[in-house]
Amino acid sequence: MSVLEKTRAPEQPPRAAREPRITDEHGRRVRVWELALRYVLLLAVLALTIGPFLWQLSTSLKGPTEDIYSSPPTFLPGDPTLHNYARVADTIPVWDYALNSLKVATANVVTNCVGAALAGYALARLRYRGRRAATLAFILAMLVPVEGIIIAQFTTMRDLGLNNTLIGVVLPGCIGAMNVLLMRNAFLNLPYEIEEAAFVDGANVWQRFLRIALPSVKGTLAVVAIFAFMGAWDDFLWPLIVLSDPSKFTLTIGLNYLHGTFANDERLVAAGTIIAVAPLIALFACLQRYFFRGVGEGAVKG
Amino acid sequence: MALSGTSRVRRQLPTSPWLFAAPGLLVISAFVLYPFVSTVVNSFTDRRTLIPGRFVGLANFRELLHDDMFWTGLRNSTLYVLGVVPLLVVLPLLLALLVQKNIPGIAFFRSAFYTPVVASIVVVGLIWVWLLDERGLVNSLLETVGVGRVGFLSDQWLLLLSAMAVTVWKGLGYYMIIYLAALGNVPRELHEAAAVDGAGAVRRFLTVTVPAVRSTMVLVGALSSVAAFKVFSEVYLLAGPSGGPAGEDTTLVMLVQRTGTGLSGRVGYASALSVVVFVVTVALMLLVLRADRKEDA
Repeated sequence: MSVLEKTRAPEQPPRAAREPRITDEHGRRVRVWELALRYVLLLAVLALTIGPFLWQLSTSLKGPTEDIYSSPPTFLPGDPTLHNYARVADTIPVWDYALNSLKVATANVVTNCVGAALAGYALARLRYRGRRAATLAFILAMLVPVEGIIIAQFTTMRDLGLNNTLIGVVLPGCIGAMNVLLMRNAFLNLPYEIEEAAFVDGANVWQRFLRIALPSVKGTLAVVAIFAFMGAWDDFLWPLIVLSDPSKFTLTIGLNYLHGTFANDERLVAAGTIIAVAPLIALFACLQRYFFRGVGEGAVKG
Repeated sequence: MALSGTSRVRRQLPTSPWLFAAPGLLVISAFVLYPFVSTVVNSFTDRRTLIPGRFVGLANFRELLHDDMFWTGLRNSTLYVLGVVPLLVVLPLLLALLVQKNIPGIAFFRSAFYTPVVASIVVVGLIWVWLLDERGLVNSLLETVGVGRVGFLSDQWLLLLSAMAVTVWKGLGYYMIIYLAALGNVPRELHEAAAVDGAGAVRRFLTVTVPAVRSTMVLVGALSSVAAFKVFSEVYLLAGPSGGPAGEDTTLVMLVQRTGTGLSGRVGYASALSVVVFVVTVALMLLVLRADRKEDA
C-alpha cells in the first residue's frame, strides 16, 4: 500500500498542475480511482433519493392514454401534459387546501419566532424568581412525546370549541419548547457586556431586547422560522385528528383524502403530491444552509 | 425627565420578565404539560369524547393485557425499532463519509440526499405507495429482470418491511447531516497515524472513525429509536387507516389515534395506551444511554 503510494508520488505534481487540484477536507489530494468510485456511489444514492420524486413527477405528467404500468417502465412522459393538475383542482379544492396550509404555516412561523424569542430572552438574560422553574418547564415540555398526548390535546381543543378550526391546528405547537430553548442558547452565547453597557446607558429591557440582542441572533431565528414553516406544512397526525370538515383541510390531509378516495387514479394522486411538495423543495433550494444548521442545533438539544 | 423616571421604574418592576416568558409558558402549560397530566389522569377513567367518565382504577390497563390489538400494536412498534434503528445508525454514517470530502459538486449531492427529509411524510408515503404498487415501478423493474411481481402492499410482513424502508429512506439525510458535523471533529492525525501503521480503509473506519463518533451514534440511536417506536404515518399511509390485512400492521400510535378520536372515542382507554407509549419511550432513552455508559466503563 505505502509502496504503491511512493512509486506514484513523483507523477502527481505535473498532473496536479494541469487539472484543478481535488482535495479532501484536510487539503490532501484524492486519488483518481477513489474519486471515480465516489462519484459512482454518489450517483447511485442520488438515483435512490431523487429518483422516486422524479418518477412521481413523470407519472403526474403522463396523459390518460399513456400506459403508466408498462414493463419495462417508460421513465419520460411521451406527451407531457398538465391535464392531471387541472383534474386535481376539479376533484378536491386543492388551492383552498394549499391556502389553508399556507395560513397554518405562516401563523406557526410568526407565533414561534415571537414567542420563542421573548421566552428565550427571559430565560437567558432576565433575572427573576422562578427562572429555573420556567427553564425546567420548557425542558420537560420538550421531552413529552407529542404522539402520547394527542388524545388529551384533542379533548382540550373540544373543550375550547376549537376543534375543526385552523386555529386548533396551529395552537398546540404555536410556541415550541425546543424553539424556546434554541433561542435561549443563542442569547446565552452573546457577550453580555454590550447589553450591560446599554443597561448602564439607561436602555430599558425592550430596547435591549429589540435593538441589541435580537439582531445578533438572526441566524437562529431564521432556523426557528424555517423549521416552524416546514413542521406545519408537513404535519399529518395532528391535523388528521383535529380537522373533520373537508372544507378546512390542509394540503396533507387533503392528499390523504384524495388517496383514500381515488387510490386507483395514480396520475391524479401524483399531481397532488407534486403540488404539495414543490413549495418546500423550492424553499429548501433557496435556504439550504439554515435547514442544515437547524439539524445541528436541534440534534444537540434533542 | 418624567419619561426617564418611568422607564427606570418599569425596569425594576418584577412583572416584566414574566411578561416575556408568559406566552411561551402559557402555550406549553395549556397544550403540552396539562395534556400530559390529563392523559395520565384519564387513563384511570372510562372517559369518552362526549361522556365525562368515572374513576375505574386499573381497569383500562387490565383490559390492555387481554386486548389482542394492543399486543399487535406493541409487537409492530417494537419490531419497527429493531428493524429501523440499526440501519439509521449505520447507513447515514456511511453516507456522511461519502459526502464528507469536498469534491466538485458535493454540495449538490448533500442537498439532494436531504430532500426526502424536507418532503411531508404524506407526500413520501404516497410516492412509495405508488412505487411499491402491484403495477408500480419497483414491480415493473422486478418483472423486467425476471424476478416477477411482489405484493409489497398486500402481505402483512412485507407491508411492515416496506414501511420501515420508507422510514429509513426519509431519515437518511437528516442523520447524515448530524454525522457530518461529528466527522468534522475527528482529528486528522488519528487517520494518518492509522494509515502509516498500514490500516486499510475498513480497519480505519472501525478503529478510528467509529470510536470518534460513538457518542453521535448513541445520540442517533436514541433519537431514531424513540421516533421509530412512535411510528404512525408511514404505516397509516402504506397499510391504510385500518392497518393492513385484518389490522395486523397496526402500530401502537395508530391504535391510540383509532381508539381515542372521533365522537365515540374511548378517551380513557386511548390514554392508557398513551401511557404505555410514554413508558416505553422513556425506557428506550434510558436503555440507549445506559448502553453508552457501559461501553465507557
